[in-house]
Amino acid sequence: MQVPAPFEYERATSVEEAIGLLEKLGDGARIVAGGHSLLPMMKLRLANFDYLVDINDLHDELGYITVEADQVRIGAMARHRELLESNELGAAFPIFADAERVIADPVVRNRGTLGGALCQADPAEDLSAVCTTLGASCVIQGRGGERVVTMEDFHRGPYETAVGAAEMLVEVRIPLRPNGSSAYEKVERRAGDWAVVSSGAAVWMDDGVIADARVGLAAVGANTAGLPEISAALRGQAPSEELYARAGEIAARSCDAATDTRGSADYKRHLADELTRRALRRSVARINERA
Amino acid sequence: MTAVSETPVTAFEDNDQSPVGYGRMLRKEDPRFIRGKGRYIDDVQLPGMLHLAILRAPMAHGRLVSIDTTKAAAHPKVKLVVTGAMLAEKGLAWMPTLSNDVQAVLVTDKVRFQGQEVAFVVAEDRYAARDALELIDVEYDMLTPVIDVRKALEADAPVIRDDLEGKTDNHCFDWETGDAAATEAAFAQADVVVREDIVYPRVHPAPMETCGAVADYDGVDGKLTLYSTTQAPHAHRTLYAIVAGLPEHKIRVLAGDIGGGFGNKVPIYPGYVCAIVGSLLTGKPVKWVEDRSENLTSTGFARDYVMRGEIAATRDGKILAIRTNVLADHGAFNGTAAPVKYPAGFFGVFTGSYDLQAAYCKMTAVYTNKAPGGVAYACSFRITEAVYLVERIVDCLAHELDMDPVQLRLKNFIRPEQFPYETKTGWVYDSGEYESTMREAMRIAGYEELRREQAQKRERGELMGIGVAFFTEAVGAGPRKDMDILGLGMADGSELRVHPTGKAVLRISCMSQGQGHETTFAQIVAEEIGIPPADIQVVNGDTDQTPFGLGTYGSRSTPVSGAAAALVARKVRDKARIIASGMLEVSVAALDWEKGAFHVKGDPSKSVTIQDIAMRAHGAGDLPEGIEGGLEAQICYNPSNLTYPNGAYICVVDVDAGTGRVKVRRFIAVDDCGTRINPMIIEGQVHGGLTDGVGMALMEIIAFDEDGNCTSGSLMDYLIPTAMEVPDWETGFTVTPSPHHPIGAKGVGESATVGSPPAIVNAVVDALKPFGIRHADMPLTPSRVWDAMQGRPQPPI
Repeated sequence: MQVPAPFEYERATSVEEAIGLLEKLGDGARIVAGGHSLLPMMKLRLANFDYLVDINDLHDELGYITVEADQVRIGAMARHRELLESNELGAAFPIFADAERVIADPVVRNRGTLGGALCQADPAEDLSAVCTTLGASCVIQGRGGERVVTMEDFHRGPYETAVGAAEMLVEVRIPLRPNGSSAYEKVERRAGDWAVVSSGAAVWMDDGVIADARVGLAAVGANTAGLPEISAALRGQAPSEELYARAGEIAARSCDAATDTRGSADYKRHLADELTRRALRRSVARINERA
Repeated sequence: MTAVSETPVTAFEDNDQSPVGYGRMLRKEDPRFIRGKGRYIDDVQLPGMLHLAILRAPMAHGRLVSIDTTKAAAHPKVKLVVTGAMLAEKGLAWMPTLSNDVQAVLVTDKVRFQGQEVAFVVAEDRYAARDALELIDVEYDMLTPVIDVRKALEADAPVIRDDLEGKTDNHCFDWETGDAAATEAAFAQADVVVREDIVYPRVHPAPMETCGAVADYDGVDGKLTLYSTTQAPHAHRTLYAIVAGLPEHKIRVLAGDIGGGFGNKVPIYPGYVCAIVGSLLTGKPVKWVEDRSENLTSTGFARDYVMRGEIAATRDGKILAIRTNVLADHGAFNGTAAPVKYPAGFFGVFTGSYDLQAAYCKMTAVYTNKAPGGVAYACSFRITEAVYLVERIVDCLAHELDMDPVQLRLKNFIRPEQFPYETKTGWVYDSGEYESTMREAMRIAGYEELRREQAQKRERGELMGIGVAFFTEAVGAGPRKDMDILGLGMADGSELRVHPTGKAVLRISCMSQGQGHETTFAQIVAEEIGIPPADIQVVNGDTDQTPFGLGTYGSRSTPVSGAAAALVARKVRDKARIIASGMLEVSVAALDWEKGAFHVKGDPSKSVTIQDIAMRAHGAGDLPEGIEGGLEAQICYNPSNLTYPNGAYICVVDVDAGTGRVKVRRFIAVDDCGTRINPMIIEGQVHGGLTDGVGMALMEIIAFDEDGNCTSGSLMDYLIPTAMEVPDWETGFTVTPSPHHPIGAKGVGESATVGSPPAIVNAVVDALKPFGIRHADMPLTPSRVWDAMQGRPQPPI
């Protein structure tokens, strides 16, 4: 059995209390939500903390998925399984269910949370790519109130986020626009593995042309990255295989692929291309199906 | 021979049967497993038990400069800290391996692989023991590691084994088999010669339960009780007696339930010895259970063969000869568990299932700065590598000849009338009906239809592959004149006692790790003496309670111990017959045996059951003259030959042309393991082995970076397949009994692990045929498949 280094444990029953505990306990404290990334790292002693502040009791408060007229608000404690099973979320953003189906396994999905996934800031993490693709913003709460940052600003590098001392991510907001759809494509070596590469796409149509489109990649860079150049190339164009190919070419060229045990850099660039095409194609097909 | 097809099992009612003998029945051991009542090593709790943790080396090659345990020893919960130097004082710093090499228990001079044992701590709980490891200060001088097996013998390669006197290189051993000159002559007259470099990368058995031990030394009566994860309790006991100088009768090894072995639990690991030393020094029971990373990085790996295969044939597809040159990576110590005269295990069966004119293999084994081991993961003593080589190279030949791989095999199979068949490397195959077995697999698969579908898909640019493999294994080691492990002959004992009420206890020397021995062995005895399996308790895994034998690995339980069980039951039946003759007042020759009872020939109404006889044997009534009371017997079975199970496997894959992802769509496995004792258990073993094969073919590799860091040290990095990666297995069988085995059975536990990787790789390579691919090495991850599609397949190491 792998055992973590000694640590103390506190359980928060409100956001306020969690922030208070973080404030009191200082740098050595860390929030634990689902724990499916943090605890394995602690057991391997890759991460050692003096205190864990358990926020699982906040699920009632922060476990919501609320679809409003112009945005979807998701509480940081919404669990993977809830994201997967939410029909409303699936209708608004099919990309969530696409991604959730290939995130880890049911045991992890029963516990892992959206907030935990984003705060882990793993470069290969799927929900980060989903939120990047959808242009989400993150609500960070501290003693002085809340602030809202974009996904681009939220991730500062591998395993680093904009969440400061005595702050916590409480909500993710995703703008909801008409006549759009989305999709997620991932290649993994085995079910439950981290992505070799994945690509998310979101497309909004207007009268037969692409009004806007976004693509986000995972596992090919320091953080999941949005690709504004693709958005620019697609806007105002009618969807076509040639257009997807152009987007794929931009994705391959723009990503930062490195050779590792999951695959060669060449292969990953190829996947960025191939999966971007597939995600765009599927997004547009979904819009057409609905129309 | 009979050929019976099986459709995939969708209903399980037929399993819930109670055969008095062979047949489907649910496993007797499963109720305790599925209720969480199994007793695995970590379930052992003894009063006053302490916990042991091992400090492991962070680098692959480094000289130990100093080690300071002061701070660790001062930890309030720490009872003992032991270094290599302390073990050396007791003469315990080194121990023999199963291949007559030595291995460090704890490092005394230098580190030879990352994860090697450097020191250990014994503490009041496992948390304190683990924490105290971080308080040990060790200083190392880094040395250049030898990681690339191909460079291990270069003149300037650092010498890893400078502990061996006079050692100036990393050479481990040379081995050859077959006839080099005859093979050269056959190659010279061949129309076609195909060569391919084929790598079987290092993989790991990764059993669900890791290795561990609880040592409990009683200082008053001088008895050591060792609970440990061992596939060979008796062999281990004898070795502990030899290594530690403890009298053998004062050592009791208890294996309990084992959560998977696959060869990983054959060797004695330093951790076991550390636990024993810990208990000797503290006078308390000491538990050591390795964590997952320790298991993956330091215990017995498998494979790691770099092979060049060559095959010679006539233009019309008659195979003349096979030749291979193998570079074997044995890691830092030669820890291979194989019969002593077989340093390459049974790799000699690389001639496969084919009638050849000649064959030759030359092997060079080397030391590298990697974990020791070498025979594990259900490999049947290197038959996995041999079968992979031959089944891959035969497919390469089919590719060159543009011949259907099934037709090529059918043309070259050893024919039924040629058995017993002596191969060109000296193995005497006992029996087989290869063509019938192959055709049964083709029938289940719908082979011709699959080929038609493939042709249509190729026209559309879709990548569908059909892979075929036919294997012959040599299992059931083995005849004691040829086979021993460290001088211990590979025979197996068995004891059967029938209690007065007709219930029985069978004591066997082999050791289940999940194979279902408690069921299968009860069925073997039931078949012979007619006592229902439910009434027969099977005891294994306790050296105080079972006869000597070499344990369970290499699919040897049924071929050796199973034979012993059948023969000891016949011995009991022979005695029962004499008692019955007294009870029925006729001569023994006047009795007929019908399973479970003797009756007077011609008068079935005059009959006594085995239960009646058991009561008489223990009762007050008279027994025939010269017959002692009781109904029990004991034997030791020395097999006259190995058994040679075989099978035909067909795999269908679809490869995503855009991503290189391989989907195993269908897998048809037709096994011939001779007499089938419990078909449900056989199917379970086959399903498990096929899943192993998917793992090896598509995802598993123990990899190292150039500094010798193991990059596969967790189950996030070392991938094993899940239900998502495997299809619904389609199994079938033929039955060609072994002529020399008492019940005609052959081993089957490893057949699927041996046979499935080549079938899967052959299927993927077949799918990639439009790209001109003839070979691609495992593991066929999406990236490696895509590389192959780009025309640049890379070896994995």
